[in-house]
Amino acid sequence: MINIIWLGMIVIGVSVASIDCLIDFTNGTLTWNPSLVPLVDLTTGVFESVKFAVTLAIGLVGIMSLWLGLMKIAEKSGLIQIIARAVKPVMIRLFPDIPVEHPAMGSLIMAIAAGMLGLGNSATPLALKAMQEMQKLNKFKETASNAMCMFMAMSTSSVTIIPATIIGIRAAANSSNASEIIGPVILATGISTTVAIIMTKLLEKLPRYRYPEQADAQEQDGSVELTTGKEE
Amino acid sequence: MFQSILNAISALAIPLIIVLIPIYGYRKGLKVYEVFVVGAKEGFDVALRIIPYLVAIFAAISVFRTSGAMNVLTWALSPVTGLIGMPGEVLPLAFMRPLSGSGALGIVSELVQTHGPDSTIGRMASIMMGSTETTFYVLAVYFGSVSVTNSRHAVPAALTADLVGMISAVVITNIIFG
Repeated sequence: MINIIWLGMIVIGVSVASIDCLIDFTNGTLTWNPSLVPLVDLTTGVFESVKFAVTLAIGLVGIMSLWLGLMKIAEKSGLIQIIARAVKPVMIRLFPDIPVEHPAMGSLIMAIAAGMLGLGNSATPLALKAMQEMQKLNKFKETASNAMCMFMAMSTSSVTIIPATIIGIRAAANSSNASEIIGPVILATGISTTVAIIMTKLLEKLPRYRYPEQADAQEQDGSVELTTGKEE
Repeated sequence: MFQSILNAISALAIPLIIVLIPIYGYRKGLKVYEVFVVGAKEGFDVALRIIPYLVAIFAAISVFRTSGAMNVLTWALSPVTGLIGMPGEVLPLAFMRPLSGSGALGIVSELVQTHGPDSTIGRMASIMMGSTETTFYVLAVYFGSVSVTNSRHAVPAALTADLVGMISAVVITNIIFG
């Protein structure tokens, strides 16, 4: 998909510039006006642009280093556990199918807490661990459980506290107030996470998305006896 | 009132984090300076790692814009984007965001560079990037890791959340900075 979009932008761009070389379509009238200027502009533009790309990335080094340094302290000092403790009461209500003492609940809480801190690299392994633990509670191994869908929706709309990379990009581009987006981002992710939770709860009850009944379990999957905890 | 609360959060977040995390680490007995440096070393790698992605996207967008194709697209979609108050320039970001995080970051960087970080477009792109996720990537990796093939309502729920996140970003930007 991204390959098509990327190629499409280049092909369409070069085509439009080529047409522009032959005819002039300003002011709504088409006039025959052969000129190489549009393609020359295009070349200059590409060279300028890729130079900016590198300048920008280098400008990002300072803020990324600052942030990753702070996050390393947060990680080593166990700050995730503090956040985990704070979100636990909410998580228990959002994931009613997962027993509180089951390892799945622990890894879910850790994964969400890491996501909130924006610990990109450390958050992914925690999230995959949470998926594995939820899969142990899942009766139909090829079908997503309600808990998995809820976790997925919450992950894709994750509440971000500090969007560090974007702040870095803004600072590298000489913003007068690079961090002014923090408040708006927290608000927007808050809204989208709320919608994600409501949508998941509503959709899981629809017939076409319903979790397969216990009755077909034996036919489809022999691993029913492995599951523990509360089941629908 | 609402606006000043958001401004206060933005202004206080970084100073609070910069002071609280090291203090907490110190109280837990960490050698905070040394741990910080270990983490900070990764900053260079992160910046270097995104260069190829930025170059790829910057080149494609540059071709698309200088040729005038961007103007055509923006003009063609303006009835739709105008409805929610989104400048047409931001629309490519909305398409790229769920597919590729590095691609979307490239688009944001390009918009910030071209229109300025403190322009409406620059702010809207930044806020949109910060409040949405690479939905398809997350779905593929998370479900793929446990071989789940029937994702049930996860995709519609996640995409709805994405759409709401994007519209929220547009509306919030227009309210606060408009």
